[in-house]
Amino acid sequence: MSERTLYDTVWDRHHVTTLPNGQDQLFVGLHLIHEVTSPQAFGMLRERDIDVARPELTHATVDHIVPTADQSRPLSDDAAEEMMSELERNVRASGIQLDDPTSGNQGIVHVIGPEQGLTQPGMTIVCGDSHTSTHGAFGALAFGIGTSQIRDVLATQTIAMEKQKVRKIEVTGELGPHVGAKDVILTIIRELGTDGGVGYVYEYAGEAIEALDMEGRMSICNMSIEGGARAGYINPDETTYEWLRETEAFDGAPDEFEALKPYWESIRSDDDAVYDDVVEIDGDAIEPAVTWGTTPGQVVGISEPIPDPAELAPEKRDTARAAQEHMRVEPGETMAGYEIDVAFLGSCTNARLSDLRRAARIVDGQSVAPSVRAMVVPGSQRVKAAAEREGLDERFEAAGFEWREAGCSMCLGMNEDQLSGEQASASSSNRNFVGRQGSPDGRTVLMSPRMVAAAAITGEITDVRTLPEVSVA
Amino acid sequence: MSDGVPSVERVSGTGIYVRGNDIDTDQIIPARFMKVVTFDGLGEFAFFDQRFEDDDTETDHPFNDGRFQDASVLVVNGNFGCGSSREHAPQALLRWGIDAVVGESFAEIFAGNCLALGIPTVTADQASITALQKRIDDSPDTTITVDVAAETVSYGDETIDAAVDAAQRTALVDGIWDTTALMRSNEAAIEETAAELPYL
Ligand code: SF4
Repeated sequence: MSERTLYDTVWDRHHVTTLPNGQDQLFVGLHLIHEVTSPQAFGMLRERDIDVARPELTHATVDHIVPTADQSRPLSDDAAEEMMSELERNVRASGIQLDDPTSGNQGIVHVIGPEQGLTQPGMTIVCGDSHTSTHGAFGALAFGIGTSQIRDVLATQTIAMEKQKVRKIEVTGELGPHVGAKDVILTIIRELGTDGGVGYVYEYAGEAIEALDMEGRMSICNMSIEGGARAGYINPDETTYEWLRETEAFDGAPDEFEALKPYWESIRSDDDAVYDDVVEIDGDAIEPAVTWGTTPGQVVGISEPIPDPAELAPEKRDTARAAQEHMRVEPGETMAGYEIDVAFLGSCTNARLSDLRRAARIVDGQSVAPSVRAMVVPGSQRVKAAAEREGLDERFEAAGFEWREAGCSMCLGMNEDQLSGEQASASSSNRNFVGRQGSPDGRTVLMSPRMVAAAAITGEITDVRTLPEVSVA
Repeated sequence: MSDGVPSVERVSGTGIYVRGNDIDTDQIIPARFMKVVTFDGLGEFAFFDQRFEDDDTETDHPFNDGRFQDASVLVVNGNFGCGSSREHAPQALLRWGIDAVVGESFAEIFAGNCLALGIPTVTADQASITALQKRIDDSPDTTITVDVAAETVSYGDETIDAAVDAAQRTALVDGIWDTTALMRSNEAAIEETAAELPYL
């Protein structure tokens, strides 16, 4: 069992009691909800005649079904309108704050929590969404839950859970030019597998992680779940505190900041913490990474050949063969040159300000390939506004990108933004499952925002470092 | 204490299998069927994109197979239910008729969501799973008993060792898998814990 890690400390601080089934009952510091997974939970509460226990600790947004073009009400899609109205009814009846599109604060749930300073170190954070792991970037203990658990949290502000093991993943060295957080996490999942994290919480550490900005740290923790780990975290440090200082939670409240900082410091994993497992990844060796298949663990570096299923571990062969058939890729080839129809720059993995800035630098002075539909979907209204203040929208639009409203969009195709037929997409999102982007025959290749930008320009998957205009210095 | 929650000591019924590792929740229930505010009626969309071609013709997916339509024990391979936290996935399976899932391994949130619905997720080794899947295919009428309390899965003359997570086992067998009432009764302890948190 792990000892003196951030996970142990935060768990202990929130431990209410041990339940008769052996699970621990944990207090939940922040509960985030969205329109897809919460309505049934409110329904269950109504059936049992139970009120929301602490509405002030729950915060709502709409992200999955919101259109990213015309957001006027009623929404043109009846089902989407019904979901949104239902959420509005539920939050109104229980006194929960909702950031709807008229607020200027709406966005993907895992973008708005951190940007408003709701997400803080040492908290327990849950949401009916598996990418809640994102919030671990701040040293919070954050995990996705199902709808019955949302009901529990609304009713009690607590959750029943079993403690997991802790694996420390140490990324050493320094990332190369145009190699970023997304490449790191894709490489980690490739190394440890999509089920490698089952039963574990991941602690990401090492120089390469510490050097990342908060956006990069969020990209890493976001995809913990793709590696099978329900939660992932990074110990808070000066980078974390700098981000927090600028959010409205602490901007103008320096006393509160100073009062909480000792707590944040106290939850960091001890130097002599005990881990259940430690893995080291060589950050210097990571290159821009892309997926070749239909799970986020089917990853290659851009210059590496796609593996031959026959040479993989026996239990991976069938999945790999089926994936290669679906994606229409051949072993031995690289992914460079794979033609795309859509370039999607968005999602809770990679649609924050610094993601957009990095991609904008790649597209400056370039044009999107004529055969490609390229779109930028900012992660939140605030990201969008901030990007517009510095002219990123104009730079993307000049290159031929669509500049859209905030939401989940083509990450999962629950609104009108979907792949059609066998279209292939270069995507900055987190899942390449068959059918994920709205078309059962669609093909998704996951990569970093910079790589999406490069693919948009050339019309095919391209090592961003080889673009003549891109300085590798 | 159990608030009318039934105990789930064992589940018996005929079987159905879905072969393959890393079957994700997007396959179990595609996102476009989640534009609903209740879980009613999700059963017919279980594995929808695997069951129908673009022109709506049926594939040979087991969920379409007439021999398995009354099955209640689903037998799967590794990392089943990976991907999203959508409880729509186990809800769709439950409403299709599944009462227990036996597999090589499960994604955690999926297993937790199943538990919240009283559906056991028990694991067995690869060889046993493969043999069980073959048996279901060869004789679909075989009754399979998932014994949560004894941690076994038996069919015909065979009994295989199965593993059930300890907390899941207690929760199912003692009928305390619906945690709301259980946790609500600890109000004083909840208050105490909250009062000690510096950030509240
Ligand atoms: S952006 Fe994608 S992964 Fe993130 S919350 Fe939305 S649908 Fe889920």
